[in-house]
Amino acid sequence: MKLPIFLDNHSTTPMDPRVLDTMLPYFVEKFGNAASRNHAFGWAAEEAVEQARKQIAKLIKADPKEIVFTSGATESDNLAIKGVLEMYKEKGDHIITSSTEHRAVLDTVKSLEGKGKAAVTYLPVDKFGMVNPEDVRKAITEKTILISIMLANNEIGTINPVKEIGKIAKEKGILFHCDATQGVGKIPVDVQDMGIDLMSFSAHKMYGPKGVGALYVRKKNPRVRIAAQMDGGGHERGMRSGTLPVPLIVGFGKACELCEQEMAKDTVRLIAMRDRLEASIMKALEESYLNGHPTNRLPGNLNISFAYVEGESLLMGMKDIALSSGSACTSATLEPSYVLRALGVGTELAHSSIRFGLGRFNQDDEIDYTIKKVIEIVTKLREMSPLYEMAKEGVDLKSVQWAAH
Amino acid sequence: MAYSDKVVDHFNNPRNMGSFKKDEEGVGTGMVGAPECGDVMKLQIKVQNDTIVDAKFKTFGCGSAIASSSLATEWLKGKTIEEAQKIKNTDIVQELNLPPVKIHCSVLAEDAIKAALADYQKKADGVLADAK
Repeated sequence: MKLPIFLDNHSTTPMDPRVLDTMLPYFVEKFGNAASRNHAFGWAAEEAVEQARKQIAKLIKADPKEIVFTSGATESDNLAIKGVLEMYKEKGDHIITSSTEHRAVLDTVKSLEGKGKAAVTYLPVDKFGMVNPEDVRKAITEKTILISIMLANNEIGTINPVKEIGKIAKEKGILFHCDATQGVGKIPVDVQDMGIDLMSFSAHKMYGPKGVGALYVRKKNPRVRIAAQMDGGGHERGMRSGTLPVPLIVGFGKACELCEQEMAKDTVRLIAMRDRLEASIMKALEESYLNGHPTNRLPGNLNISFAYVEGESLLMGMKDIALSSGSACTSATLEPSYVLRALGVGTELAHSSIRFGLGRFNQDDEIDYTIKKVIEIVTKLREMSPLYEMAKEGVDLKSVQWAAH
Repeated sequence: MAYSDKVVDHFNNPRNMGSFKKDEEGVGTGMVGAPECGDVMKLQIKVQNDTIVDAKFKTFGCGSAIASSSLATEWLKGKTIEEAQKIKNTDIVQELNLPPVKIHCSVLAEDAIKAALADYQKKADGVLADAK
């Protein structure tokens, strides 16, 4: 076992060496521009891109022509939301989304809202972080042009009832965008079955390279149109200009192919490791609370709040394990996780949360080490915590008059 | 964000971590912060003949908050009440090399010192009043 251990696979994943192997020839040897139609260099690049497009489409049960390459999921989210709003503005300006979406969606709709270009409904989630499809239905107005709901949450891993939402969208004739960044490659995704019209996802969350993502844009039933957000050479059927990063796209394709082939095997392994991690920690440490859905969540996700200890200090005490926390101290905004807050998790427990993100390359001995470390550091920090001491003395912390600062 | 070596050292080897009995003679207790803000510090001093002979802390908070309170207890020991009043948060910032986002940790530590001193003073005044 090598230290440090990487258990932050929701932030990014290490690239699979098999992905790198397929990419290498496209840097120096086959360096052509896929848009060069008149020579062998261009043809080779184009052929590689189209092969990748097929591999990607196959993973999500789409047609290759429905894949638009972007720089990543943030760009895909922006392109989908802004592109739809601009294209369909005569029909309306109302967007329905949820309060636990990724910032790439939330900040995009907030920016449009701020500029007076869109009216936005932010749906609440239940205590597990799930959107209720009936809430979506109720929020629909005559002016609704887009529903944007994520597939799986990046903090708590909860999987939304996307298929039910897709059905409602179809029934009402409203476009459905799904940010599936955390889900694609990890859980089965079928854009037909799920009724998705636009879908964002990214290569680096599924053992592919950083800097490339895709937007799935439905071609029929209905044919979705989006307004391009960048002017240029009219690549990607006019939806996204810019020379295609061929090596990245080739890697993205291979990453999708591997996910498709190995998903079943990876899932079994990940769930076994994740469940063991969860059970061992919960058994050893009282007042540890699982955040998110107990079963309906991503195979590699585990998010736990450890009462009476602060998240950043937990991370500091486990420096040789790469993890993430919902604590304000680890965020740029100095606010604790808005996702956990939306679930109704108390601010103090949001500060105390740790996200474990397991991936394809984690091994059992790394999980053993993590279990040991977590128990050690939580115990140590609780000994150091005045809150733990008070709780042990029977003081009800909620009854204390704290001086907020 | 990288932590300074001193913050890491205080975090890994906290000085004077623990508690005195609140009602013990000569003990002043300061508790500042709030759980929903992500940090709570409890700082205690034990005073004999106007001198702080011992100090202890317990902190719920980030590494910098823990280090700030650990350092505060180190500095308090051996100081007179008057000298202790003069400890400033900026001294803590400088000693621990805290970045701007962590300055509030040092402010909290200064507040905790002040609160402990005030609590001691209040108790001492009370004892005096009782004697009369």
